Amino acid sequence: MTSEPKKNAAAENGFVYLPLIAGWLVPGAGHFLMRKWGRGALLAVSIVGMFVLGIAMQGKLYSSAHDVLDLLGLAGDLGNGLLFVLSRMMGLGADQVQVTTADYGTRFIVVSGLLNVISAVDAHNLRTGRKS
Amino acid sequence: MLHPSHFASLALFALFASVVFGITQRDTPRRMVRYGIYCFVLFIGSAIVLSWLMFLIAR
Repeated sequence: MTSEPKKNAAAENGFVYLPLIAGWLVPGAGHFLMRKWGRGALLAVSIVGMFVLGIAMQGKLYSSAHDVLDLLGLAGDLGNGLLFVLSRMMGLGADQVQVTTADYGTRFIVVSGLLNVISAVDAHNLRTGRKS
Repeated sequence: MLHPSHFASLALFALFASVVFGITQRDTPRRMVRYGIYCFVLFIGSAIVLSWLMFLIAR
């Protein structure tokens, strides 16, 4: 296996969790750090697009957890990283879901957060050499 | 405020989720594209099948 030493050498340089944290905070940033420009751009467009569509549909941004379902929604929303924080600061999103599209919007926001977590873990796998 | 139809919402959801699944779950670009298309077709196809099932059950 000639590629193993190269992978291990790459994995030992710098802070190994940087792509994971960067990818969580900013969608696609983990892949950009690993110089996977195309993948990073596609992930960023998909995740940010889904989040923005959710906000545009007046989806709900979870701010507190009154029951288990709220807690799960909040966990999903937190996966969006800075997008969630900035949207909360700007007062975007609805407090109450009143129409069907707003319900879809809420799901879009939660799922974009979950997809962002998957994307950040993928960037971490690239960093550790588990994936090429 | 955006009001997409049910099917447009589904198609957008399927598109974005499939792109992320394709990129993160496969190693080579060719396999990524194939898996992304596979997920997209499954998303849309299963929604259509389930919709017809619910329609027939409700009659």
